[in-house]
Amino acid sequence: MFKTRFFKQIIDKLFNTVITSPEHYSRLRRNIIITMLIITILPLTSMIIINHFQYRAHLRNEITNPLITLANKTRHSFELFLKERLSTVRFIAAAYTYDDLKDDQNISRILSFLKMELGGFVDLGVINYQGDLVSYAGPYSLLGKNYSDQSSFQETQLKGQFISNVFMGHRRYPHLIIAVQHLTDSGQSWILRATIDTDQFDGLIRSMGLDPLSDAFLVDSAGVLQTHSKYYGQVLETCPLKLPTGMYGSDIFETKDQLGRDILIAYTAFTSSNYVLVIVKPQSVVLKSWYALKTELLIVFAISVIIIVFAIIRITDTLIKRIRVSDEKRETALTELQHNQKLSSIGRLAAGVAHEINNPLAIINEKAGLMNDILEFSDDFKSKAKFLELTESVITSVDRCRKITHRLLGFAKRIDIQIEPININSVITEVMGFLEREAVYRKIDLRLRLGDNLHLISSDRGQLQQVCLNLLTNAFAAVQDGGIITVKTENRQNNGIQLTISDNGCGIPASIIKHIFDPFFSTKKEKGTGLGLSITYGIIKKLSGTITVQSKEGEGAVFTIVLPQEPQINKEEQNEL
Amino acid sequence: MSSNTITVLLVDDEDEFTSTLGERLEIRGYTAVTASDGEAGIQCIINRDIDIAVLDLMMPGMNGLETLKQIKNIKPTLPVILLTGHGSTKEGMEGMRLGALDYLMKPLDINELIKRITQAVQHK
Repeated sequence: MFKTRFFKQIIDKLFNTVITSPEHYSRLRRNIIITMLIITILPLTSMIIINHFQYRAHLRNEITNPLITLANKTRHSFELFLKERLSTVRFIAAAYTYDDLKDDQNISRILSFLKMELGGFVDLGVINYQGDLVSYAGPYSLLGKNYSDQSSFQETQLKGQFISNVFMGHRRYPHLIIAVQHLTDSGQSWILRATIDTDQFDGLIRSMGLDPLSDAFLVDSAGVLQTHSKYYGQVLETCPLKLPTGMYGSDIFETKDQLGRDILIAYTAFTSSNYVLVIVKPQSVVLKSWYALKTELLIVFAISVIIIVFAIIRITDTLIKRIRVSDEKRETALTELQHNQKLSSIGRLAAGVAHEINNPLAIINEKAGLMNDILEFSDDFKSKAKFLELTESVITSVDRCRKITHRLLGFAKRIDIQIEPININSVITEVMGFLEREAVYRKIDLRLRLGDNLHLISSDRGQLQQVCLNLLTNAFAAVQDGGIITVKTENRQNNGIQLTISDNGCGIPASIIKHIFDPFFSTKKEKGTGLGLSITYGIIKKLSGTITVQSKEGEGAVFTIVLPQEPQINKEEQNEL
Repeated sequence: MSSNTITVLLVDDEDEFTSTLGERLEIRGYTAVTASDGEAGIQCIINRDIDIAVLDLMMPGMNGLETLKQIKNIKPTLPVILLTGHGSTKEGMEGMRLGALDYLMKPLDINELIKRITQAVQHK
């Protein structure tokens, strides 16, 4: 309950700022756009982000699982390879006696068979219990060499069999040793020792069919390379990758290599020997399909966002425009209503005053008339002429007053709209009655260029009077004392008429000329309401006419009104008027 | 019909106005009878031989139009001229519809009034 109210308040605050300035609309526009963007783009973005991570995890599994499988399979091949060699050596040791093997011919023959059938064997030798090499077949002359202080000899003596790490030894190329201990009939131990070259390993790694950017190699538990690596060094060099210590089983992890590449490392430790098979794949290869998907996601996201932003801006603009137009309409209607009310109360006041004055005026009139009558019917006396002159003067003054009150009453009467045939010249003459005195005082040159035989137009006299009064009052305000104001009337096509009121006053700056018909726009500060021209504009529009203005600052202004013969006023509007 | 037999009834709440206007009419040979409200005016019509009535529209109590209606009930043929201090022609028009002969604006032009009276009496 509280939360809904809270949200309501926020929404009200965002969209219900009751200000009618133009900034209000841009602020409203901004608020709507931001809100709509947040509402639409936030869920879209979170959806994209969630998808991003889900797909990523999913794809990673899809890719890493086969990699581990491949590592295990390859390890298995390696183990099989070693086991096979070990079994063979063990078999030879069991099948032949120590003495058979001490014979160089025998051992050479066995080696040549081994090379032929299994491959990978480099040499073969027999070591007696003292560690001396007693027979040897192979490319080197090692006969008589003592191995007793070597760890391989000791470990073989201890465990019965031994598979070494890859090493260089005397032979100057990478190889490993498989050694098997056996006992003579007399119970003396001897060792059959075979050397395997690691070319076979490379063959096994090649058979994995890795892509060119990926790498696979063997390391020992100390991280020394047992096979060649494309990126991480030669045999017996220390692998620069940081591999977890004490590796067993198999696992996969991400890291960076010494080249700065993001890589994925899959490893699996051998069970029977000290080796670890490592497969290195750059992330770029692993996640190639992921990157493709990511790009697609991003493109879809970007296009959606562009469409959303475009649509929101367009919709908001249309909305704001409509709100603005309806606000303005309401504003104008309100303004006109206020003004009409003001006018009609002024009218009523004027009528009341005029009426109240008319009664005493009538009495003065009759008294003076009676005096005049009496004087006329009496005999001549000394000051008769003077008295007659005085009473005539009183009557003339009363007549002037009567004209004023009648004009006031006439003005008030015309607040009610009445469409009647009108000669625009008579309207102007009437309005001039109000302004003539000011023109005389300020020595303003009023030039009336009223056209002859003007078309009679159907219009409202009161409203037209108001328009002329507004425009002429503005012109009076614009000109300096001694300025020129020209009022021109002429016929237009289709029995319409045109009224032009021009002055040589201060003119209207180009920056504000667009706004002069806006309600409440005023340059007169406290003196003006900013309603005059907007009302004028409203009236002319209602009477189906047009009003235009041309002005340059300092060169005066020209207001042109064109009125048709018949206004297109529907009943409703007529009532409003 | 000579002018000295014409009796004009002036009805207005402004006594100063009716008395002065009455004097001016008498100078011109008319008989003027004045009343300061509608009821007094009607009494005059009943009691005296009135040829024409001049009625102000705006009066306290019974206003001009009501007085006019009653006059038309009592003496339908009596010509009535209405006076109005208002610029509005609406009441004047209403008066004409109710049978008034004409209406004039205050302050009056005496010659205008004489002209109307003469016309009215001639029509009668």
